[in-house]
Amino acid sequence: MSAAERSNETRDVTLVEAVNMALHRAMADDENVVVLGEDIATNGGVFRATVGLKEAFGFKRVMDTPLAENLIAGTAIGMATQGLKPVAEFQFMGFIYAGMEQIVSHAARMRNRTRGRLHCPLVFRAPFGGGIHAPEHHSESTEALFAHIPGLRVVIPSSPQRAYGLLLAAIRNPDPVIFLEPKRIYRAVTQSVEDNGEALPLDTFFTLREGDDVTLITWGACVMETLQAADKLAEQGVSCEVIDVATVSPLDRETLLCSVAKTGRAVIIHEACRNGGVGAEVAASIAEAAFLDLQAPVVRVTGYDTVMPYYRNEQYYLPQGEDIVTAVEQVIAL
Amino acid sequence: MKEVHEFHVDSTRYLDDHGKPLSELPPQAGNTDRVLAAYRNMVLTRTFDSKAIALQRTGKCGTYPSVLGHEVVGTAIGQGMAKSDVFVPYYRDQAAHILRGVSLRELLLYWGGDERGSAWQNCPEDLPISVPIATQCCHAVGVASAMKIRDQQRAVVCCIGDGGTSKGDFLESINLAGAWHLPVVFVVINNQWAISTPRSLQSSAETIAQKAISAGLPGHIVDGNDYFATIEALDAALERAHGGKGATVIEAVTYRLGDHTTADDATRYRTAEDLKRAWEKDGIKRLQNWLHDSGHWSPDKEKALQADCKQAVEKAVEEYLATEAEPPTAMLDYLFETLPAALQPQREQIANKYRGGAA
Repeated sequence: MSAAERSNETRDVTLVEAVNMALHRAMADDENVVVLGEDIATNGGVFRATVGLKEAFGFKRVMDTPLAENLIAGTAIGMATQGLKPVAEFQFMGFIYAGMEQIVSHAARMRNRTRGRLHCPLVFRAPFGGGIHAPEHHSESTEALFAHIPGLRVVIPSSPQRAYGLLLAAIRNPDPVIFLEPKRIYRAVTQSVEDNGEALPLDTFFTLREGDDVTLITWGACVMETLQAADKLAEQGVSCEVIDVATVSPLDRETLLCSVAKTGRAVIIHEACRNGGVGAEVAASIAEAAFLDLQAPVVRVTGYDTVMPYYRNEQYYLPQGEDIVTAVEQVIAL
Repeated sequence: MKEVHEFHVDSTRYLDDHGKPLSELPPQAGNTDRVLAAYRNMVLTRTFDSKAIALQRTGKCGTYPSVLGHEVVGTAIGQGMAKSDVFVPYYRDQAAHILRGVSLRELLLYWGGDERGSAWQNCPEDLPISVPIATQCCHAVGVASAMKIRDQQRAVVCCIGDGGTSKGDFLESINLAGAWHLPVVFVVINNQWAISTPRSLQSSAETIAQKAISAGLPGHIVDGNDYFATIEALDAALERAHGGKGATVIEAVTYRLGDHTTADDATRYRTAEDLKRAWEKDGIKRLQNWLHDSGHWSPDKEKALQADCKQAVEKAVEEYLATEAEPPTAMLDYLFETLPAALQPQREQIANKYRGGAA
C-alpha cells in the first residue's frame, strides 16, 4: 500500500490503536520503515499494536524474531546503519534490560563515535507501567534509566492523538528513540484521530490545561489522574496548569520554567520510583533556574522506592488522584 | 533409540610450518598477484603494529591491542570481501581494515583517543571497531537482514574472538543467521586467549566451529596461519553468501603472539615455551617461505617491501601526530543530527570555557 492509497481517515481510537495507525502510516509513507519483535507479525503483538501490518506490508518488512531481546536491539541497530528505519518492539519494558548493552553502548553512540558516518534512525517501543494486574516483571516504569543515557530520546505519549503524532515523529527522527507506551491507558479512552501523517514535535512539553496557582508536571498514565485532580482542585478554587512532559529526555526546560515563573509552585507526578527519577531532574532544573520564582518547595508525588508490588497491592504503589490533590493543597497552603 | 543427527567439522591446512605444501594447493595459490598483495598486507600490518606499540610506549598513543598473529586471517578477510560488502569487526582486525581502505592514520587516531579515527572515508558502510565483546555479531545480522530485505547481492563478514563465542550475542546471532538464511560469514579468530583466560576455559566443546551446527549452519576450521586455507574458506563462504545460500561460521585457529593490549603483561599467565611454539607456526614467515620456494620472491624484494612498508607507516605516523585535536565542543556536535535546545547551554559552556583552544 502506498501513501497515496492511504486516505486521511478520521477514527475514534484508543492509544494502542493510535500506535497501530501510526505504524501503518509510517510503513506506507516510507519503505525503509520495518517492524520487528516477538509475536508482532502473525499474532499482531500481545497488545495488538502491530495487528494488520504483516497483511499490509508482508513478512519482509514485518518480522517475527527469535525470542532474544538483546538480538532484537542489536539487529535493529545493524539495520539502521544501512538506512532502514526499524521499529523494534520489546514485548514489555521488563524485558528490555537484555538489550541494554546494545542500546547504551551502540544505539546511543553510533553517530557520535563515527563522527556522523553512521547513525541509528530507529525506535525501540515498549509497553510500560503498572495498573493492569499483570504478572511479575510486567509493570515497572524505568524511563529514568534511558533518560540518563546521552544520545537517546525518551518519549512517552499519554493520549491517542499524542501517541499517533509522537510515534510518527519518533520514526522520522534520525536518531534513536525509546518510545514507552503507558499500557494502563492503552484502552482507557478513545479520541478522534485523523490519520493525516502529521507528526507532533519531539523535545516539547504539552500544556494540557492552563492555570495560575500551581504547575503540575507529569507524563504517561499519570496524566489521567493529574487532569482529574486538576478538575477537582478547580472546584476548590485552585487553578492548576497541567504539563504533559511527553519527551522525558531531553527536557523542554523553557516551557517548564515559563510555567513555574507564572505559577510559583510545582508538583511533579510520576509512576516510577522517586530516587533518581526523571522528576528529580525536573525539580533540579526548577531549583537551578527558577528558585526565586518559587513560593513553595517543589513536591513530588511518585511511586515508592521499592520493588513494584505484585498486582494485589499495585494500587497502593501507584500515585492516586487524592495524593495529587493533597500535594497541591500542601504547596498552596504555603 | 534413533539417531536423529550427526555432525562433522572439517579442518583445513595446506602448508606446513615451513611453508611446504602438505597437499595440492587450492586454485587461490595460482593467483600470484593476489598472493603477493596478501603478503604485502601482512608485512605492512606487522610493521604498523610494532610502530603503534612503540608510540604507546613513548606516550604518543593510547592503549593499543597488538594484531600480532592475526595478520593472515585479517588479510584473507580483506581480500575475500567485495568492496560493496560490509565488514563488522571487533578490535584486532587491523589487517582487514587496511584492505578495506581504512588509513593507518585513522587507525592511529582511533587508538590515539580521537573519534575521527572511526569516520572512515573509504569504507563508509563498515561498522566501527567494537569493544564490547561479541555485541557486533547482532549488528552483523542486522546489516545482513537489510541486504536481504532489499534483495541485494551483498554480504557481511563479522569477526569475533574465541572468548566472544561464550557470549549470548554470538549464539543469538548465528541462530538468527540460520533462521533467516542471512548472507553473513562469522569468522571466529581463535587466538587461544581471552586476555588471560585460555580457550579451554571458555567451553568444553572440542571446537568452536561446531557451535555453528546448533544454529543450523556449516562450521569449518582453518589453520589461521595458513593463507591458502584461510582465503579458500573465505572465498567459499562469501560465494555462498552472495549466492543466497546462507551463512557460514569459520573458526580460524591462530595464536595471539602479543599481549592482549599494551596494558597487559602476558608473561603472568602463559609460558615462554608456549609462545616459542606459536612463533614456529607464524603465518607470515610460512607464506614468505612458500613464495621463495615458488620463485616469486627474493631477498632483494623482501628488503624493498620492508622499506616500502616502513615508509608508509612513518608517513601515517607523521600525519597522525600532526593532526590537531578536535575542539572540545565536538563532544556534543555528533550526539544527535541536530543538538536539542536542552543541550545548547552545555555546548556554550564548553565553548566559553575553552575559548581559544583546549586547556
